[in-house]
Amino acid sequence: MFTLGSVLDNELKSSVEDFSFETEFSTNQLMLPNIEKPFEFAQSIISLEKDLDENDNQPMFHQQKKEERKERALIKGSKGTTTLAFIYEKGTVVAVDSRATSGQYIASQSVQKVVPVNQYMLGTLAGGAADCQFFLGHLGRICNLYELRNNEKISVAAASKLLNNILYSYRNYGLSVGSMICGYDTRGPQLYYIDSDGSRLKNSLFSVGSGSPFAYGVLDAGYRWDLSKEDAIDLGRRAICAATFKDSYSGGTVKVYHIDENGWVKISDDDASELWYRYEEKEKKNK
Amino acid sequence: METYLGEKQQASQWSPYINNGGSCLAVAGEDFAVIASDTRMSLGYSIKTRYSTKYLKITEKCSIVSSGMQADIFTLHKVLKSRAQIYEQKHGKPMSTDAVAKLVSRLLYYRRFFPYYTFNIVAGIDDEGVGCVFSYDAIGTLERVKYSASGSGSSLIEPVLDNQVALKNRNDIKKEDYKLTKENAIDLVKDAITSAGERDIYTGDFVEISIIDINGTHEDKFELRFD
Repeated sequence: MFTLGSVLDNELKSSVEDFSFETEFSTNQLMLPNIEKPFEFAQSIISLEKDLDENDNQPMFHQQKKEERKERALIKGSKGTTTLAFIYEKGTVVAVDSRATSGQYIASQSVQKVVPVNQYMLGTLAGGAADCQFFLGHLGRICNLYELRNNEKISVAAASKLLNNILYSYRNYGLSVGSMICGYDTRGPQLYYIDSDGSRLKNSLFSVGSGSPFAYGVLDAGYRWDLSKEDAIDLGRRAICAATFKDSYSGGTVKVYHIDENGWVKISDDDASELWYRYEEKEKKNK
Repeated sequence: METYLGEKQQASQWSPYINNGGSCLAVAGEDFAVIASDTRMSLGYSIKTRYSTKYLKITEKCSIVSSGMQADIFTLHKVLKSRAQIYEQKHGKPMSTDAVAKLVSRLLYYRRFFPYYTFNIVAGIDDEGVGCVFSYDAIGTLERVKYSASGSGSSLIEPVLDNQVALKNRNDIKKEDYKLTKENAIDLVKDAITSAGERDIYTGDFVEISIIDINGTHEDKFELRFD
């Protein structure tokens, strides 16, 4: 008898390795090394620890050790940085930056941090880029299968719950996913925040990443439920621009998307520093 | 070993990874791609061998270069080559470049908890005949770009490519007027990796360069500094 968990496992199995050549090539899940503490090993090799640290209350030398471990870690995975999304009367606005850093080196200024799940749902990428890309791509596949099997569009609540359950089963493996599932379904505009710790939160606005405090400042100040479409898009853009200005881990280009009952649309793609100068010019003119 | 403060002292732990150095880069043009890597394999302060290939031709339209740990590079290339063969025999046609790019990303993410210590670049011609370059991190983050560099000399090469291919921070040329020709791209790649060899101790000896266009792959080799 198929339980939901085993169905997902099967799908994850078949999507990771697409063929099976008897036992030599067949796989059950992502490969784990055959040692006695695989997750500790994995976490010591790759430094992808998220910014919010549970050890914040511990004495200084424990924190220093963690910083040293991060520096010693051989492989610095690409980390994502500032993303935000909010829902309002007419739909959902998603705005992201496009910088990926590995350690202090800017790995790329043109990363796609918004991954389409289907025509009316977007997922954002923050934390470990590879983890988010893989699991959001997998979510897209699952949602597609759901639509084919049930002949109806999957709700944002259900899609986010599916992802949440998968990530909960990988809890403590050292994954780093701070993703937002944003969409428009029969209940209207919806927004969920999914974490690799296993949290799933529903709210009308979220910002995720190292630049999120700066984005929240602008976002919280300007947010209202009855914004016009133009104002809402501009709010999202200005919030990310503020974050790229102050946070060194955010930058590149500012991309803004809008989701309504007709699906998602990419609104704009502006270079972050050029955008800042444009806003400065506007302020000068207004004065 | 615990001190009285409760601090755990870590004895230097054995690591399965070593870095054999080397640099790789790739540049994509309108209807071609150029991909190059050096061939030096180092270990600490010694050179283990002057010729150890980091390049693999996967199909006539697609190649991969990797830098990092030579053992993982060898294994990844071996697995990739066999998967490409299986695909061709199953589907009756060679893998498209987009398919290869996604496959590499999956192979790397499969080892998410014990990664291949490789930094890869895939380059080739896509189905529409446009040149493409895909860059990865160690665990398979996939991104399609116009140019990329990886390895020990990447921080020396990448700014040059930013300036010469993407025309960033330049006041003398307008983007609309500029087109990257094949000859310019080949010269640029050769110069970039030669310059990396001047300033990076792990880059040198020989360079394997390969030009991929609609007619297939043309491979070449030239010398760098041996010091």
